[in-house]
Amino acid sequence: MIRFLSAIALTLGLAMPAGAIDLQEVTSSEGHTAWLVEEHSIPFVSIEIIFTGGASLDPAGRAGAVSLMTSLLSEGAGDYDAQGYAAALEATAGNVSFEAGRDSVSLTIKALSENRDDVIDLAMLALTEPQFGQMSLDRVRAQTIAALERAAQNPNTIAQQTYARLGYAGHPYATPTDGTPATVGSFTLDDILDAHRAAFTSDRVYVGAAGDITPAELSAIVDRVLSALPEADRPLPEYRAFDAGPGVTVVPFPGPQSVIQFGVPGIPADDDDFMEAYLLNEIFGGGGFTSRLMSEIREERGLTYGVYTSLASNQFGDSFVGRMSTGNENAAAAIDLVREQFQWLADGGITQADLERIQTYLTGAYALRFDGNESIARILASMQFQGFPLDYINIRNDLVRAVTLEDIQRVAQRLAHPDQLHFVVVGQPVGLEQDAAAPAE
Amino acid sequence: MVVAKRLILAALAWAVTALAAAAEDPQLFTLDNGMQVVVIEDHRAPVVVHMVWYRVGGADDPAGQSGIAHYLEHLMFKATDNLEEGEFDRVVQANGGTHNAFTSWDYTAYHQRVAADRLALMMEMEADRMVNLRLDRSDWLPERDVILRERGQTLESSPDRQFGEQLRAALYQNHPYGRPIIGWRHEMEQLTGEIATDFYRVHYSPNNAILVVAGDVEAEDVLELAREYYGPIPAVEDLPERHRPQEPPQLAERRVIMEDARVAQPYVHRLYLTPTRTPDDQRQAAAYQVLAALLGGSAQTSILERRLTYDEGIAISAWAGYSGSGLDSGTFTLGIMPVDGVSLDDAEAALDRVLANFLEEGVDMEQLERVRMQIRAEAIYQLDDTQARAQSLGADLALGFTVEQSEEWLDLLEQVTPEEIMAAARRLDRHASVTGWLRGVEE
Repeated sequence: MIRFLSAIALTLGLAMPAGAIDLQEVTSSEGHTAWLVEEHSIPFVSIEIIFTGGASLDPAGRAGAVSLMTSLLSEGAGDYDAQGYAAALEATAGNVSFEAGRDSVSLTIKALSENRDDVIDLAMLALTEPQFGQMSLDRVRAQTIAALERAAQNPNTIAQQTYARLGYAGHPYATPTDGTPATVGSFTLDDILDAHRAAFTSDRVYVGAAGDITPAELSAIVDRVLSALPEADRPLPEYRAFDAGPGVTVVPFPGPQSVIQFGVPGIPADDDDFMEAYLLNEIFGGGGFTSRLMSEIREERGLTYGVYTSLASNQFGDSFVGRMSTGNENAAAAIDLVREQFQWLADGGITQADLERIQTYLTGAYALRFDGNESIARILASMQFQGFPLDYINIRNDLVRAVTLEDIQRVAQRLAHPDQLHFVVVGQPVGLEQDAAAPAE
Repeated sequence: MVVAKRLILAALAWAVTALAAAAEDPQLFTLDNGMQVVVIEDHRAPVVVHMVWYRVGGADDPAGQSGIAHYLEHLMFKATDNLEEGEFDRVVQANGGTHNAFTSWDYTAYHQRVAADRLALMMEMEADRMVNLRLDRSDWLPERDVILRERGQTLESSPDRQFGEQLRAALYQNHPYGRPIIGWRHEMEQLTGEIATDFYRVHYSPNNAILVVAGDVEAEDVLELAREYYGPIPAVEDLPERHRPQEPPQLAERRVIMEDARVAQPYVHRLYLTPTRTPDDQRQAAAYQVLAALLGGSAQTSILERRLTYDEGIAISAWAGYSGSGLDSGTFTLGIMPVDGVSLDDAEAALDRVLANFLEEGVDMEQLERVRMQIRAEAIYQLDDTQARAQSLGADLALGFTVEQSEEWLDLLEQVTPEEIMAAARRLDRHASVTGWLRGVEE
């Protein structure tokens, strides 16, 4: 993690998203920092605050506590009941929303300039004076369990959860971020209060802002929010290497399609090879239409509508993972194809032309991310959460261009192990033998 | 309290007026071949959105060939006389751009987002595939498997989506809006490159298209480029009129019960046939839009959620919605997902009871003021999202609105009166509705 001992409002002109945008680090009078892009042409501001920890702070057997607690924050705070709070927020036309993730909880704020103080007041109330009443708990719990039961009927969710359960047994990552009907059903108000105390702390926090606000105004808000929070007193989880072992796990599910999730151990986000791995993934199975997997499995053979891989590099565990969906009769063939393509990767299949193409793409596409105050605020908070330096936006494209084919092949040797692939198949695949023990529910 | 609120409203009204002056107004041109060109300048980032909209969609599919408009949208990424299969993707990617396309019942759009200095290249390729598409069997046959997979993956894998498809099919007795955009599977299986090519020749032409360019560009430069790339394409002389089969008077309410083993939480969902938003009359649609916001627009304070989820505690959630984006018809929706132990019958009765109470009690002015505040704020927030501005303007032009009519919409929403809202609510007609129950299979 890189820290800056900077002067107040250290300013860098951004080369990528035009010289029109300036990123500054703001240091408040109480010593907190925040990243800011000032843009006064439209009279509103977006602020994104990321609190490290999230669902990873859930105690054993309490999966989903932080997530449920987060849902309860809009259920009344201070003197407002749930509907009173919502009505007050609606009257400002602002947004205050919390979202629990695997390793963090984010607070997203959007406020018209003339209502900014009112919106911050309401955000503070939700953050520091939530009511957490038993009736709200019971109602939101019922909604959450209903949503979990619906999700449990979604083959993509089943595939993803089975995969995590196999690869991270005994670690928080083995359980879903939102918990299970059993864990959520067991929560008491004490569990919710405990999750609240664990999740929002003044020393595991990152702030990004973009829009119609000055450094001084932002500083005042940061001080106000953070000085109201306690320091962290919970340990974060240990790092755990993903280990599902090789094999195929079939989860029977009705319908004509099989969802197939597959993967191998991944690479940590702070690894020296991460940028190389990022490019490798983009070439192999990234979001574009013409990745190697899309070209081989969709374009050439029409076996699927989409096949994607990603580096699921979380803070405490990582996997190089992919997913596709195909007809039950084609599931076995699709699995063979994925194995072949991992072999292609391991055999040094990526060419200099592939690399140059993805470098041109990634460097060109970078500016497109900065498409509005909310996106920019989120990027600024997220960059700090991931440990990137303030000047990263300036040097990022140079880092992409500096990757060589030799680097890519070295990292392919690290990541592409066809004999380590584990496949989770949710459906009624034809002619597919299950060769690994089915995971316990 | 009242005074304070007036002050806030006055301040906001001023803010919106000032912004309207500051923000760049869309500029409209028409090429000699009939192609409309709209430019929205936004110089905050060196990025441009380039979109071409065709006034054709799933509701224009010939009978028995449902899904052809959407299938053609996929095939537009295949070879042309000048581009190889897949080259369009490769060129956009190589230039760091993103692109995609979508098909609705009434229009089909293709769009790219790239660095602003790549605009000419995007125009060159988009103009090329407006006339030069070449569909070989080796291209269209595997792509048909892809759309069948897409149907399997996005629709048939979800009982909610299938239920929605069944409800629409029951709501529309004659209009092709009752058919899915992606098509019915048995008809999709019969589509061919020849059918797609016929459809393409009839509907894809500059006089049936709208170009929208938004971002870091000058309108005059865009017009010059448009003349260079799209200008030489000849207009199609015999462009068909868009007369789709219309609905007869609907006399009987319909009920649909769907059972599916994958359903974990049963619910009731109702669709009403309603007027749609048209250039001649946007006010009626605006009234339905605000009515939907009052009934279901907020998870905490809207009427259905407040009564059914909070006060009575019989619903996990309850909702209302309005879609006035169809050329020929709109839909108004209501629904409720009951908590365990409450039957769908009782849930539906509760939903109807709350609606009946609303018809008696009328509009709560405080609630209406909050909705209006959010409409006004939307006018500010939307200036931050260039792609969304381009998209909503493009869709409106494709539906026959002028730029001025399109820009009036938020003002009209804000002006909707309680009387208009209540009139819209009273016009919801059970005879022109379908009520669906989705539930699991009885053990």
